[in-house]
Amino acid sequence: MSPSRSPDHRRFEHDQVHHDDDSPLSIHDMTVAYHRKPVLWDIDYAAPQGKLVGIVGPNGAGKSTLIKACLDLVPRASGSVRIYGKSYKEQRRVVGYVPQRESVDWDFPASALDVVTMGRYGRIPWCIPPRKNDKEAALHALNQVGMGDYAFRQISKLSGGQQQRVFLARALVQDARVYFMDEPFAGVDAATEAAIVTLLRELRERGRTVLVVHHDLQTVPEYFDEVLLLNMRIVAAGPTSSVYTEENLQKTYGGRLTLLTEAAEAIARSG
Amino acid sequence: MRVSARSISTVLMGALLLGIVVAAPAGAFGQSDPSTHRSITDTRFDWPTWSSVVRVATLRDHNTRIVVLGTTLLGLAAGLVGTFAYLRRRALMGDALSHATLPGVAAAFLITGEKNLTYLLLGATVTGVLGVLAVLAIRQSSRIREDAAIGIVLSVFFGAGLALMSIVQSTSTGNAAGLNQFIYGKAASMITSDATMIGIVAFVVVTGTILMFKEFRIVCFDQDFAASMGRSVVLIDLLMMGFVVLTTVIGLQAVGLILIVALLIIPAAAARFWTDDLKAMTMFAGTIGAMSGWIGASFSALLPKMPTGAIIVLTAGILFLFSMVFALRRGILPEAVRRIRLRRRIALQHLLRAMAEIEERTGKPTPIDSAELVNMRSWTQRDLRRLTNRAKGAGLLTRKSWTELELTKLGRTHAQRVLRNHRLWETYLIEHADIAPSHVDRDADEIEHVLSEELIDELERALEAGQDIPPSPHDDTPDTARTMP
Repeated sequence: MSPSRSPDHRRFEHDQVHHDDDSPLSIHDMTVAYHRKPVLWDIDYAAPQGKLVGIVGPNGAGKSTLIKACLDLVPRASGSVRIYGKSYKEQRRVVGYVPQRESVDWDFPASALDVVTMGRYGRIPWCIPPRKNDKEAALHALNQVGMGDYAFRQISKLSGGQQQRVFLARALVQDARVYFMDEPFAGVDAATEAAIVTLLRELRERGRTVLVVHHDLQTVPEYFDEVLLLNMRIVAAGPTSSVYTEENLQKTYGGRLTLLTEAAEAIARSG
Repeated sequence: MRVSARSISTVLMGALLLGIVVAAPAGAFGQSDPSTHRSITDTRFDWPTWSSVVRVATLRDHNTRIVVLGTTLLGLAAGLVGTFAYLRRRALMGDALSHATLPGVAAAFLITGEKNLTYLLLGATVTGVLGVLAVLAIRQSSRIREDAAIGIVLSVFFGAGLALMSIVQSTSTGNAAGLNQFIYGKAASMITSDATMIGIVAFVVVTGTILMFKEFRIVCFDQDFAASMGRSVVLIDLLMMGFVVLTTVIGLQAVGLILIVALLIIPAAAARFWTDDLKAMTMFAGTIGAMSGWIGASFSALLPKMPTGAIIVLTAGILFLFSMVFALRRGILPEAVRRIRLRRRIALQHLLRAMAEIEERTGKPTPIDSAELVNMRSWTQRDLRRLTNRAKGAGLLTRKSWTELELTKLGRTHAQRVLRNHRLWETYLIEHADIAPSHVDRDADEIEHVLSEELIDELERALEAGQDIPPSPHDDTPDTARTMP
C-alpha cells in the first residue's frame, strides 16, 4: 500500500475494510490520539510473513504507540488492526511482546526466572500457579539467550543487556508467531546486541515475523529485511533495499528542514 | 522458593526479642504498687500489674483471646494485601480510603440510630469506596496529580466525617460515645461477634490474595505485558483495591482510620529488606503485620486508656526499624559490613600486586624491603604494618626480618592473579576503550577488584590472552603520587 494515497480514496474505502488474511499484521486506516492530540495519522500497513521488520523514526514519531495500538494497549481513535486476519483479542496466543526495558521497575522482588515465567501466564488460567513445566520452559528460554547461569539472580543485579535478554526470553516462552519488540537494542552491550541479532534470525528461520522498534540507523540495512519509516504517519514502508534511502530518511527525520530543502531544490530547478 | 530458612528464623527471633524488650518495661512498672497515689487527678496512668501481663500474654481470658485473634488476623491480611498495594504504589490510596470512611460511620449511626457494627462498617465501606472513586475521578478529568487528589479527598471526607460526628454527639442520647474509637482504634472494645467478623473477612482477603498471587505479581511488575496477554488490568486492580477496602474497614475498630494505612505500608516495606523473592516478601509482611496486631492488642488489653492503633503502629514501626538496620539482604548494617570487607580485600590486593610487581622487576622470588613497598603507593608506615599483619595472618606472606617481607607460595599465586587481572584490564582499556596508557593504571586500579569470573573470561576472549601475565603497558617505576582509592 502506498503511503501517498489521496484522502478521497481513503474515505471511500472506509466502510469496507479490506484486510489481508495471510499477513501477520495488517493495519487499516488507524489513527491514535493521546488526550485528543493525534500522534499517529492514517496508518495503513501490511507486514509480510516471516520477515524481520524495523520500525524507524525520530523521537516522538509514535513508534511505541504504533506497537501499543496494535496490542490494544492504547485505544485507537479510528481504524482497525488484524493479526492473521482476526482481531488481536482472538489472536493473543500467537503474539509475543517485548516492552521497553525502562517501562518496569527492575528493583521489583523477582529473579530472572520469575520474570521469564511470566511469559507463560497467558496460557495458565486465573488463580492457578505456574507449574514445573512452565519453569522448565522458562529455563530453556533463558538458556537460549545465554542467561541460563543467571536464572536465580535478582533482576536488579543484572546489567542492562542482561535485563534485556530476560525480556526476550520472556517473549520466547510465549512461543508466538508474531513478535512486537520495543527498542530491544537500546542501551545494550555489544555481546547482547549480537545475541539478539542471532535470536532474531533464528526466529525468522522458524517462520516467525518480528517487528522491532529500532533507533540505530546504521544497522538497519544489516538487521532488517523490511523497514517502516515512521513520523506520525508512515513516510515509507517496504523492503529495506528499496525503501531505506537517503531521501526517505530525510523525509522521516527532516521535519521542517526537509520542506526548506525541497523548496530550495524547487527553486534551483526552476532557475 | 529461594529464601533461606536462616533468614526467616532470624526475623522471627529478632521480632521475639523486640517483643520482650517492648513488653518488659510494662511488666516492671506493673510490679510497683499501683495503689500508692502519685497524682491527685483521675487522669493518672494505670500501669498493669505483673499478673495481668501474664494473663494477657498467655491468653487466659476469653475476651483477650478473641481480641488478639482478631487483630492478628487483621495484621496478617493487611501485610499480605499491603505488599501488593505497596508494590503497585497504591499505598497512599489506602489513606484516602480510610479517612473517607468516617462520614459513612457517622451517617450509618444517624440513620439506624444504633451502634450495630455491621451497619457502621457498611456505611464506612460506602463512603470509603466513594473516596477512592473521587480520587480517580479528579485524576482522570483534570490535570491535578494523584498526590494532590488524595490530599483533597482525604481531608474533605474526613472533615465531613468530623462534622457529622458532632451532629451525632449533639443529637443522640449518649450511646454514641464509642464512635470515636473508629478514629483512634480500640481493640479492647471488641466482642466475640466483632472478632468473628474480622476473622472471616481477613480469611477472605488472605485466601483471595493467595489465589490472585500470579495476577497481582504480573500487574505490579509489568501491567502492559499483562494486558498484552489478555489479563484485565482493571479487574485485577479492582480486586486488589477491594481487598484493601475490606482490610481497612475491618481494621477501623481495632486500629482506627488515621493509622490503618500504616498496617498496609509498614509490614510490606519492612519485608522488602529481608528478601528479593516476592513469595517470601508477602510471608514476611504477613508475619510482621500479624505480630504487630498481636502485640498491639495485648497492650490494649493491659492499658485500656491507650489507643490501640498507636500501639500496633508503633510495634510495626519498631519492626521496620529493626529490618532496615539488620536485615541480611538489604539492611544498612550488613551492607556496611560488606562494604568494609570489600575495602579490606582491595587494600590487600594492592599490597599483593605491589609485591608481585617488585618480584617481576627483580625477576625472582625475593624478600622485599618494606621501605620499597611504601614507595609503591601512598601508604603510611602504619597502614603498611596493619596490611602486612593481616596478610601474614592469612598465610600470604612471611616476615623474613624486621623490614623484609616475602610472599608465601599461596601469596604468590594470589599476587600473580591480581597482577594479571590488572594488566588484562589495562590492555583492554588501551586497545578497546582508547584510553591513554598513562591513565589506564589508575582506571584499572578501581575496577580490577570487582572483576567477576565471567568478566575475566570475557576479557581473555576479547584480548585472546594466554595464561601468562602480560607486560606492563606503561612506565612502571614507583609512583608516589598514586593515591589509594
